[in-house]
Amino acid sequence: MILALTNATLACPVGGVTKGNLIVRDGVVVATGLVEIPAEAQTIDCAGKTIAPGIVDLGVARIDRAAFRAGGIVRVGLMPDQSPVLDDPGIVQRAALIGKPDLWIHPIAAATQGLAGTDLAEMAVCLSAGARAVGTGKRWIADTGVMHRVLAYARDLDIAVVTHAEDGGLTNGAVATAGETATRLGLPAAPAIAEALAIARDLMLAEETGARLHVRQVTTAAGFDLIRAAKRRGVAVTCGITPAHLHLSDIAVSDFRSFAHLSPPLRSESDRQAALAAVADGTIDVICSAHDPRGPEEKRLPFADSTAGMAGAETLLPLALMLVRDGHATLDRLFALLARNPAAVLGLDTGTLEVGKAADLLLFDADAPWQITGDAFAASANNTPFDGLPVQGKVLRVWKGGREIV
Amino acid sequence: MQRSDHRPATLIEGGAVFPHRHLTGIDGLQPHEIAFLLDEAETWVEANRTHATPDKRLAGLTQINAFFENSTRTLLSFEIAGKRLGADVVNMHAAQSSVKKGETLIDTAMTLNAMRADVIVIRHMSSGAVRLIADKVDCPVLNAGDGRHEHPTQALLDALTIRRRRGSIAGQRVVICGDVLHSRVARSNILALTALAAEVRVCAPSTLMPAAIHKMGVTPFTDFDAALEGADVVMMLRLQNERMDGAYVPSTREYRMRYGLTLDRLARAAPDALVMHPGPMNRGVEIDSAVADHARSAITEQVEMGVAVRMACLDVLTRRSRGVEGWA
Repeated sequence: MILALTNATLACPVGGVTKGNLIVRDGVVVATGLVEIPAEAQTIDCAGKTIAPGIVDLGVARIDRAAFRAGGIVRVGLMPDQSPVLDDPGIVQRAALIGKPDLWIHPIAAATQGLAGTDLAEMAVCLSAGARAVGTGKRWIADTGVMHRVLAYARDLDIAVVTHAEDGGLTNGAVATAGETATRLGLPAAPAIAEALAIARDLMLAEETGARLHVRQVTTAAGFDLIRAAKRRGVAVTCGITPAHLHLSDIAVSDFRSFAHLSPPLRSESDRQAALAAVADGTIDVICSAHDPRGPEEKRLPFADSTAGMAGAETLLPLALMLVRDGHATLDRLFALLARNPAAVLGLDTGTLEVGKAADLLLFDADAPWQITGDAFAASANNTPFDGLPVQGKVLRVWKGGREIV
Repeated sequence: MQRSDHRPATLIEGGAVFPHRHLTGIDGLQPHEIAFLLDEAETWVEANRTHATPDKRLAGLTQINAFFENSTRTLLSFEIAGKRLGADVVNMHAAQSSVKKGETLIDTAMTLNAMRADVIVIRHMSSGAVRLIADKVDCPVLNAGDGRHEHPTQALLDALTIRRRRGSIAGQRVVICGDVLHSRVARSNILALTALAAEVRVCAPSTLMPAAIHKMGVTPFTDFDAALEGADVVMMLRLQNERMDGAYVPSTREYRMRYGLTLDRLARAAPDALVMHPGPMNRGVEIDSAVADHARSAITEQVEMGVAVRMACLDVLTRRSRGVEGWA
């Protein structure tokens, strides 16, 4: 079966942004650019709209198919903080299989048993069951000795260790970043350096062991400086961020809006500016949604009592496109952040439009305006801190392995 | 900050002098609105002292005191204030409530609302909880303390005490000393006193000082003696027992040495400086008995002002529903 997507803008992290056609045969991209359309091909006229690699969302908290489809997400890296925790091959295998064929779920197995941060989990067994990385979940491993062994052991298996960078001693009980907003609202807060402290330690351990480290969310200027310097030294480190930390500062917490209760918490405006600069200079490798739908029973509570997290899958693309609009990234670089780089962290050979790659494709209208409305979400909950924001960029069609997902 | 109840006075029918439906905090109040509440409270001070003709203007109204956190003094003060005005006062204690059975705060609020309360007074251990409830109920809501956030009636009674004893608030040098980090009393007082043009100093060890407190228009000190220089008012905060033993300060003994208000220390303040404490006091820790019982101490007067201030707030907030002329 041959599929021809014609008259498209092709946004490829490797090939750049070009005009032309994209031909898919048997689920694989076989030709791109100004190529002939085979006579027997099923043709779809894209009318100048953009074809890009399907989004690979690294580090989602929940499986939420409808939201991922709506957001143009074809693969997700699933956080180990599930119930039960992803530290057992049976559970990992189930997670790895339940999404297919429409959604490919790549479990991030727990690095320590029960994510307790004390004993190594069966990493190799979990890998054989379908895990693509190991991680610390939403927690930080406080014991440096344990973290050292996690990284050393993961290096032997040549897998990335996905970490949450907040020094637990400083952030214990905190729900906000220390600063004027938290002080005025009387919210328990931790200084922003909690992040840099955690990153500094883990970077040194990664350098010492030669392990691959992926810091799932870096959100502070001091954190970016450490990552930037480590990359220059040749440390195998990558890092990510969510649109929330790129577009919102802790002022969004004012009036106790629990939808803006995130982990790590929203930062100061100067840290937000540093995050935009880190996108522009290549320090940030991955933009993820951190999709974590939470219903009113967990969000309609006093701020400090509410559960951290946001439903981000459906808004990931339009909020990321704001970076292109504002000149922080080019469109092809954006899809390195949204597809190729997260795929590489998970050891997946996908996330580009190159010939020979699986046809995981996304057709979107980069200019279509709409307004983010939580109540209209396909997601299982409406907890977005961006409710009411006018954005541009609408997902039109999605293909996984050449098969359209509807 | 946007507020549902903070609209220009011209948009409100009547009640232009105090166009707020709730009292969730001092934040959002204009200086003249704070002054208006103080003026209203002033009229109740005399009435309470003389036991003159009872004024039962809230007769037939139901006041629910929903206290999710233990309190004796504030609850008693609100209860007396309501009863003096003739309201039917009902107290809901967290210990006896369905909150213990897992009911959410919103459900509790909806329940109170369905019982057709005319005014609800709320204390809760979480910052922002009172605002959350205020958005869900039809009647006025009074914040009696939410977490570390605000305790507006305490700030009003403190302001009234200062105004009566010192003649004015503007220009007074006020030192607030103690556990500023965990204190809603400190936050509300900072907002009220800076709004009324006092010079506010806050003093605490760095472990009990919130970040960026200077952005609230105060001068932070860690040296109590330096902070006291020339102070017109010294406001001590209570240090909770669980924070005394190593968690935030090494010991009560060491805390008293550095931050306890003694007669010797008080000598650094202005000769006629006023001493205040929101209570309950830890005598011999943050304040010595010799100071607490001194003629310059206004601590019992604060309690008296508390009833007057709460009567004023209950009266003002229910004026619209009672159809008072010019408010309804």
